[in-house]
Amino acid sequence: MQIVFAATACVSIAAIAVICVFLLANGLPAIREIGLSNLLTGTVWKPLSGIYGLLPMIVGSLYVTAGALVVGVPLGILTAVYLARFCPARLYAVLKPGVDLMAGIPSVIYGFFGLVVIVPWVRTNLGGQGFGVLTASLLLGMMILPSIIDVSESALRAVPDRYFEGSLALGATKERSAFSVVLPAARSGILAGVVLGIGRAIGETMAVIMVAGNQPVIPADILSGVRTLTANIALEIGYATDLHRGALIATAVVLFVFGLLVDLAVAGLKRRMPS
Amino acid sequence: MDKITVSHVNVYYGDFKALKDVSIHFAPHAISALIGPSGCGKSTLLKALDRMNDLVEGCHMEGEIQLDDMDIYGPQVDVDVLRKRVGMVFQRPNPFPMSVYDNVAYGPVTHGLRGRARLDVVVEKALRQAALWDEVKDRLHKPALGLSGGQQQRLCIARALAVDPEVLLMDEPTSALDPIATSKIEDLVTDLRKDYTIIIVTHNMQQAVRISDQTSFFLLGEVVETAPTPQLFSMPRDKRTENYISGRFG
Amino acid sequence: MRGRRIDVASLLLRTAMLLAVVITFAGLLFLVAHIMSHGLRYLKPGLFNWTYDSDNLSMMPAIINTLEMVVLSLLLAGPVGVGAAVYLNEYAKPGNRLVPIVRLTAETLSGIPSIVYGLFGALFFVKGLGWRLSMASGVGTLAIMILPLIMRTTEEALKSVPDDYRQGSYGLGAGKLRTVFSIVLPAAMPGVMAGIILAIGRIVGESAALIFTAGTVAQAGAGLGSPARTLAVHLYVLSNEGLHINETYATAVVLLIVVLLINALSDAIGRMLMRRSSHG
Repeated sequence: MQIVFAATACVSIAAIAVICVFLLANGLPAIREIGLSNLLTGTVWKPLSGIYGLLPMIVGSLYVTAGALVVGVPLGILTAVYLARFCPARLYAVLKPGVDLMAGIPSVIYGFFGLVVIVPWVRTNLGGQGFGVLTASLLLGMMILPSIIDVSESALRAVPDRYFEGSLALGATKERSAFSVVLPAARSGILAGVVLGIGRAIGETMAVIMVAGNQPVIPADILSGVRTLTANIALEIGYATDLHRGALIATAVVLFVFGLLVDLAVAGLKRRMPS
Repeated sequence: MDKITVSHVNVYYGDFKALKDVSIHFAPHAISALIGPSGCGKSTLLKALDRMNDLVEGCHMEGEIQLDDMDIYGPQVDVDVLRKRVGMVFQRPNPFPMSVYDNVAYGPVTHGLRGRARLDVVVEKALRQAALWDEVKDRLHKPALGLSGGQQQRLCIARALAVDPEVLLMDEPTSALDPIATSKIEDLVTDLRKDYTIIIVTHNMQQAVRISDQTSFFLLGEVVETAPTPQLFSMPRDKRTENYISGRFG
Repeated sequence: MRGRRIDVASLLLRTAMLLAVVITFAGLLFLVAHIMSHGLRYLKPGLFNWTYDSDNLSMMPAIINTLEMVVLSLLLAGPVGVGAAVYLNEYAKPGNRLVPIVRLTAETLSGIPSIVYGLFGALFFVKGLGWRLSMASGVGTLAIMILPLIMRTTEEALKSVPDDYRQGSYGLGAGKLRTVFSIVLPAAMPGVMAGIILAIGRIVGESAALIFTAGTVAQAGAGLGSPARTLAVHLYVLSNEGLHINETYATAVVLLIVVLLINALSDAIGRMLMRRSSHG
């Protein structure tokens, strides 16, 4: 009977093996043919003319992720500190499920919300088409908040109370104590939350497609349209053939590796949390 | 004839020798106590008697332990059947998160008893033997975790008795209980002697005096001496025994 | 202490925190309120017609497909995930070399972006196995996606079952298999359920992986070999078409309500777990 259970444990090993094989088998030939540096540094993406430069999408992913972090990290960490050390219990019973809810809302709903609310707002008040880096950043920032808040809050709570109390006993205010003593002690955990947010932002597809404009060019400013690596795959895989398809699969390989690195980093950072 | 014979047993946890050349004879239908300071191997010996040590990683033993005529570590021995013949009650009551009835019925069902009517009989008998029936007969299907500590421990005794063992091992069964619960269990154990062979580890010398027929004194993994209880406590042969029972160390 | 001098830094920090909290939750409230207010009134019976056509834009087939996908994926990934967790926690001895490998692969699986899953599903199930765009392809992909989640939550649940229970069961002569099935798994059930609810939430919200494996056809009950859109995909398609904004809002409302219910259920189980651990 132990064999049966061991076999189920091996399913995950088998799954990863199959995934790796299929992605690499379909992606590596394309990488070889196009050339890795051409793929990663080429500034023009025109598959129909046989030109495969992913740089606009790489930059696009980086821009919207950076933008999401600008929005999400300060809001997320400040909220986490409040929830961990300042929030009254009865309010917490309302707010914490709220965070869980935010984490559970599907990407399409965020995307739809971005489409019908944020896009028109940006268009009316800031100019441009409304679809672009700014909109995508705002939306993604909102979407990564629960990841950052959840992990950071756990990290902050895990810091022993005696640090906080020790600071108070020296006459520091609660705010100073929280930010000067507890926050630094929770560094690894908070970093884990941020890295998790980065992973979510880079991996997000549907919501971004709905609000980013999706022009395969390096955006000129934050109001310009942008296309991410994930959007690139989703938009073109339906009709791509041969080398074009291969290039998109190669993109997926890059994303896969990136997702793996993020996950390992988060796991490693979480292990360094005081518990 | 002895019920259980322990011959020159050594037990190792990895490199640490927890039991050194232990030999004891346990008579049937008697209560045998194992006393001694903490960490001296009493529980280790107890767990060797029903092969619960098998569950501990890195634990191995040398020597022989016989139940009636059978070497319990022999290759033909079915350890699950052994544990049916040799039951155990633990230090902290550990009823399963189920009803009182299901707790007691668990053992018999495991060993193949079927049929509601037959299980009812077995469950009632076990609960009566554990002096718990009157207190739980109206709440048989309510959660066992709702009982008091003393009641939970008696439930664990009932649970062990329900599989109809020959030997009952008890590892400091009253150390987590208040004096009243303790005395109820001591009365119960004394009663059980006529049907079972009981081996009890206890920290409490007065308890050993009160209920046991034979006592073995353990120190640092060795059995210093084994004797009929009245004799061990009034005329110990070994100086170390005398020091322990007169409270010079604990 | 009265007459304290005003600590500007603390005041600023406090204000920053409160502002952050307000913005964060206002954002959430606004999203929910906006969708609800624009969509609730358009929830017509026609939207729940058993068949979809371009007039009624019914979401019923999508709902049915979603249910079917949830059940089938859980049937596939549930036993495998629970079995794997049982192996890791109950059978594997320290120093077992399979364990770190299994953990690593499970960790990796959970970090893969959903579009990559969609692509893999398209390559493996749709093309490789020849299942084409179908419910089967979608279920296969989803099962792999939720496997690490079920493994992790089940393992945590198993870890939290007190060892006393296992000892008691072994002491009565029950073997490991009986102990696992009769004592440990039942005791771990709330935690396992919590994991399953999370997995359901993940499936309901998934779109990127399904578009390229299960397709976007708004038809239900056509069998495992036919394409089938789920509720989330349905919303995406409607939103993309951009034609019937009211019906799109209504669809979003339904999806949101489903998510709210799943969340509430998850919370309730979480609270039950808390209460048990303080009583046990």
